Amino acid sequence: MEREPLADAAVIRRVPLIAGDKSAADVTRDVVGALDAKASPLWWGGLGLSVAALILGAVAITYQIMTGVGTWGLNRTVGWAFDITNFVFWIGIGHAGTLISAILFLLRQQWRTSVNRAAEAMTLFAVMCAGLFPLIHMGRPWLFFWMLPYPNDRGSLWVNFRSPLVWDFFAISTYFIISAIFWYVGLIPDLATIRDREPGTRRSKIFGFLSLGWTGSFRVWHRYEVVYLLLAALGTPLVLSVHTIVSTDFATAVVPGWHTTIFPPYFVAGAIFSGMAMVLTLMLVARTTMRLEDYITPRHIDAMCSLVILTSGMVGLAYATEFFTAYYSASPYEQFAFYNRARGPLAWGYWIMVACNVLIPQLLWFTGVRRNLVVVFVIAILVNIGMWFERFIIIVASLQREYLPSAWSDYTPTSIEVATLVGTFGLFFTMFLLFCRFIPVIAIAEVKGVLQPAPGSRQVDDGHRGHRPGIAPETGS
Amino acid sequence: MTGPVLVSVFDQEQDILQATAAARQAGIEIVDVFTPYAVHGMDRAMGLGSSRLPWVCFLLGLFGAVAAAWFQYWASAVDWPINVGGKPWQSWPAFIPVIFELTVLFGGVGTVLVFIAWAGLRPGRSSPMAGFRVTDDRFALVVRPLAAGPDRSSVETLLGRFHPLSIEERDLALDVKGARG
Repeated sequence: MEREPLADAAVIRRVPLIAGDKSAADVTRDVVGALDAKASPLWWGGLGLSVAALILGAVAITYQIMTGVGTWGLNRTVGWAFDITNFVFWIGIGHAGTLISAILFLLRQQWRTSVNRAAEAMTLFAVMCAGLFPLIHMGRPWLFFWMLPYPNDRGSLWVNFRSPLVWDFFAISTYFIISAIFWYVGLIPDLATIRDREPGTRRSKIFGFLSLGWTGSFRVWHRYEVVYLLLAALGTPLVLSVHTIVSTDFATAVVPGWHTTIFPPYFVAGAIFSGMAMVLTLMLVARTTMRLEDYITPRHIDAMCSLVILTSGMVGLAYATEFFTAYYSASPYEQFAFYNRARGPLAWGYWIMVACNVLIPQLLWFTGVRRNLVVVFVIAILVNIGMWFERFIIIVASLQREYLPSAWSDYTPTSIEVATLVGTFGLFFTMFLLFCRFIPVIAIAEVKGVLQPAPGSRQVDDGHRGHRPGIAPETGS
Repeated sequence: MTGPVLVSVFDQEQDILQATAAARQAGIEIVDVFTPYAVHGMDRAMGLGSSRLPWVCFLLGLFGAVAAAWFQYWASAVDWPINVGGKPWQSWPAFIPVIFELTVLFGGVGTVLVFIAWAGLRPGRSSPMAGFRVTDDRFALVVRPLAAGPDRSSVETLLGRFHPLSIEERDLALDVKGARG
């Protein structure tokens, strides 16, 4: 009766989260108005570039599927390289979206309301990009459903449930489905807002169809909050499980440098680290191009920078722990794997990784740096680069110098592999730019819930309304 | 539910909260309240009960877990046992990731589907409240007048204390959800 699943989330109000003394109507107008405005030349330029990259990727993927995975630079020693690097990279990027939508929701971090919609969309698009790589790596992607344990005419040969690759399939599929549902459920009230804005128009009809007849009934809102809380509670362990399972793809193998128990937390921290960097990148761009400076304020950027410092520290600790464990293990193979990372043929990549992931983010300790959005943008890009190299180094540097020196080999990506990576960036940014144009990038209903009453508005002026609303109305008959 | 209802429109969160609480204390039947966002404290003002959806979620998640555990055991140890690296047929520790994922999948998807079905949400359904700007910046309290005449005017007087923008009688086809669900 008295339980309030979500209510306390709205209690703490200090510095306004949203600048510019917005009213609820202002929020609707600003966010939906951004969809009405003519697309800027910057947007068209970005879309053109993204679609060009997407077409390049589509051509490369068509070619490699018609020819075979032999178009990649893999060899018998380095059997995983560019594709798995990109897979882990994209999945990791997706994790920040779930962090913001689920974990920060449970932690009652209200600043998330300005960025959660875009971050969740980012998750969806990143998981799509990630999924492409294992799909192509199967060699016969049209038989992807063989990963599903379905009754088949091969005697009903079931999948091997002891294999981390099968866990991966279940984890990524679940992650995509739950993220998509979470995103759509969060979107329903905003779709209704657009529907009711200009009745009779084509857009109103489309959004009316998509908004499922949302009325704004509080009886429904009340349950909606429960559903949202449940999804957040399920999404939190889910996001941790997804990268844990991705890390077991490596940790259950006997390759030196992979076979360690630190991998799950190390991978999860790295995923959130890279994802926060990508959220920062996208938000800084969206803020400027979509004129959302009042919604994505320096305070939001500051909070995200703090998360980058935190996760950078965790990643740095993991790098140091790996070296210590290798030293302490007394296993010459393990020791060599790490010597090879720092001093071997890919040492340049290793040091790019350390510089971008551990050293450069330390600049964010300085308030002046966090307030300078150009510098934050550059740091975020560098972290993205560093985290890509982390996966590349873990995978390739470990495989190319395994147990048998006679089997040592080197790896260079082919143009096809590079084109595929470029193609996924094209896919990601094409989807993101289209999302920015057609769907409200700010969670309108959630932002309205964290608005401060404007100073000078009636409830502040009126002497008899100073108390907290909704608790004890003095007018009760 | 159809029939005449009294719709009072407010433009401040505090007003609708106090008006709703006052109407409830006065024993007026609150048909529903329409708000652009989930107003903090409105559930108390309306006297809404707690939801049973957490139980739905728990049971669906439990079903997912049991189904995944049983199926993996049956497929790996009963229907066609295959020796993979000498591991036992019933490799329970290795089955945990898929059990966990299916728990989340069934719990999450199922809860949302149950919610959508309960709320009567479906593509193309229209909103009877579309004209009141309740998805933009207005808050609407919908009560059922006790009868005609003086009762109605006393309701109007009561609600009039909370700065309503308008109070009008309407015939609305409202789909009212029960206090529990």
